[in-house]
Amino acid sequence: MAATTQNTIPAFVPVRVAGNGVADDLRAILVVWKRELIRFIRNRLRILTSLAQPVLFLYILGTGLSPLISQTAHFNFRTFMFPGVLGMTILFTSIFSAMSIVWDREFGFLREMMVAPVHRWTLVLGKCLGGATVASIQGAIILALAGTVGVPYSPVMVLTLLGEMMLTAFALTAFGVMIAARISQVESFQMVTQFFVLPMFFLSGAIFPLSDLPAWLGVLSKIDPLSYAVAPFREAVFSQIHLPAALTKTLNPGIAWGAWQLPVWFEIAMIMVAALAMVGAAIRQFSRTD
Amino acid sequence: MAVVDTEPTKLAVGSEIAVLADDLRKSYREVEAVKGVNFKVSAGETFGFLGPNGAGKSTTISMLCTIIHPTSGVARVAGFDVVRDQAQVRRHIGLVFQDTTLDDYLTASENLSFHAELYGVPKGQVRTRLQQVMEMVGLWDRRDSLVRTFSGGMKRRLEIARGLLHSPRVLFLDEPTVGLDPQTRSHIWGYITELKKRENVTIFLTTHYMDEAEYCDRIAIIDNGVIVASDTPEALKASVGQDRVELHTADDQATIANLSMKFGLEAKLSEGSVAFFVDQGEEFVPRLFSELGVKIQSVRVARPTLDDVFMNYTGRTIRDAEVTGSEKMRQNPFVRARGR
Repeated sequence: MAATTQNTIPAFVPVRVAGNGVADDLRAILVVWKRELIRFIRNRLRILTSLAQPVLFLYILGTGLSPLISQTAHFNFRTFMFPGVLGMTILFTSIFSAMSIVWDREFGFLREMMVAPVHRWTLVLGKCLGGATVASIQGAIILALAGTVGVPYSPVMVLTLLGEMMLTAFALTAFGVMIAARISQVESFQMVTQFFVLPMFFLSGAIFPLSDLPAWLGVLSKIDPLSYAVAPFREAVFSQIHLPAALTKTLNPGIAWGAWQLPVWFEIAMIMVAALAMVGAAIRQFSRTD
Repeated sequence: MAVVDTEPTKLAVGSEIAVLADDLRKSYREVEAVKGVNFKVSAGETFGFLGPNGAGKSTTISMLCTIIHPTSGVARVAGFDVVRDQAQVRRHIGLVFQDTTLDDYLTASENLSFHAELYGVPKGQVRTRLQQVMEMVGLWDRRDSLVRTFSGGMKRRLEIARGLLHSPRVLFLDEPTVGLDPQTRSHIWGYITELKKRENVTIFLTTHYMDEAEYCDRIAIIDNGVIVASDTPEALKASVGQDRVELHTADDQATIANLSMKFGLEAKLSEGSVAFFVDQGEEFVPRLFSELGVKIQSVRVARPTLDDVFMNYTGRTIRDAEVTGSEKMRQNPFVRARGR
C-alpha cells in the first residue's frame, strides 16, 4: 500500500529536462541503440537460433553440394559458400532486427518512443544502428569460422569484411525499418520473408555463382541489391586463396553491367548510397505517422 | 547541453492554467469524434474526463498529448500550444496509456532508464529519481526483474512511476485502472493520491468508472464528443438535487398511497422496497415516521451518485451508453494512425 512507502521517500527533487540540441539528438540515438543491444544480449536463444541457419548452410549444404561442383580441383565448395553465408547472416539478422518494430508496435513500446520529446529521425537512426550492430556481431561470429572452411585469417580480409558487413547491415536494417513502418501486424512478417528476404537471398549469388546464368536470371540477380554486397564479400575472400584462373572466373565472376566489370569500390559506393536512401526513406515513413 | 528549466515547484493550486481546451475538435473523415470541447484545468488539480467508451475521451487526451492533431480549436498544456510547441508540451507531460507501453524484455529499471535518457534527465539525477518514483509505487525491490514477470497491476504502477520520472507538470492517465481487478484498482488510486501530494503535479485522467471519478477535484462528463456537464463531483451530485429514499414497510401498497396523499410524493415499488426521491432526505425521515401511518421496518437514504448525474445529463446510464458507444467506433487514435 501507498502508506508503507512514505517514510523512505526523500523530498521531491524536480529534475531538469533537456532541450533539442545536438547532444540531445546523440543521446536519443544512443539510448535506442543501447536497447537493441541489451535485448540482443539477453536473448541467448535468439543468438543461437539465428546462427543455426548459416551454420547449416555452410556445413550441410556446402558439404553436400561439394562432390557435385568441385570435382576438378581440390577446392572445397564450402569456401565458395562462405562469403555467401556471411551475406545471409547479415541479411536475415538485419531484417529480423528491423522487424522488431512491428513487435514494439504490437506491445505498445513504440508509443513510448514516439511520444518522447526527441526528433523522430534520432529514433530511426538509433534503431538502424542497433540492428546493424547486432547483425555485424552475428556476422563476425560466422566470420570466426573462416578457418574451418579453408579461408585463412588474414587481417586485411577480416577488417575488409567487417567493414563491408557493417555497411551492408546498416543498409539492410534501414530497408527493413522502412518496410516495418508500413506494416501493422506481426503476421505480415511472413510476407516480408517470402517476397523480399528469400528472393534477395537466392538471387544474390550467395549459394551459387552468378556466372553462366540464363539471361533472365542474370538480369534478376543484377536487380537484387544484395548481389552488390555479396560480390565484395566474395572478392575479399577469394583474394586470399589461390585457385586456377578459370575456376576463379567461374566462382567469383563479380558483377558486370554489359561490358563493364564493376570494381569493388563502385559496389561499396552503391551500398553506401542505398544505405543513405533507405535510412532517409525510413525516417520519412516514421515522421509521417503523426 | 541545452537545458530547459521545468520549474514544477512554483505552481500553487489555482494560480495557473495547466490545461486549456478552446473549442477543440477532431473529425475522422465523416465522423466528428470530438465536437468542440472547452475546459480549463488549474495547476495542481485532479481533473477527470468521465464518459462511456467512444465518447471522445481518448481522442481528446491524444490531442492534448500531441499524439494527434486537432481538426480545429486550440489546446494549451503547461502553457504551450499542442500544435506549435509540440516538443515543449511533450517535455512537460507524463503519459500513462490505456494499454501498456513497456518493454517486456527489459527490467523495470532498464525501462525507466530508457525513459530517463530519452527525456534527458541529467545523469547525476537519474539514480535518485529512479529510486524515488519506484519506491512511490512500491516496486523498488523488483527493479531488476524483467517486466514480463510483472502482473497487470505492477505494470500499471511502473508506468505511473515512469510517467513521473521527468517531473512533468501534467500527468495524463488514460483509463489508469481499466482491466484491473477491484483491489488493484483501489491500490492504484492509493498511489495516485499519494503522488499527487508529493509531486505537486496536475493530473488529467479519463475514466468510465463512476466510483473513480469521485477521486477527482473536478470532472467533466463527456458524451458523444460533447461535454454535457463540468463541476466538482459534489456539485454535480447536488445539481441532481433529490435524495433517493428506500423503505421497507409492513404494507407497501398503503405506504405508496399514503406518500402520495400526505406528502405528494410519487413512490414506486422497486426490488422489494418502496423508493422515491425527495429534497433533503435525511431531514425528511423524522416526518416520515410521525406522519406516514404505516409501520416502517427500515429506511435507507442515498445521496445521488455520479450514475444519477450521468443519467440526469444524458438520459441513460453509462452502461447503456457503453453498448451504443463501442458499436459506433473504436476510439483508439493509434490504431487509426497506423492503419495506412
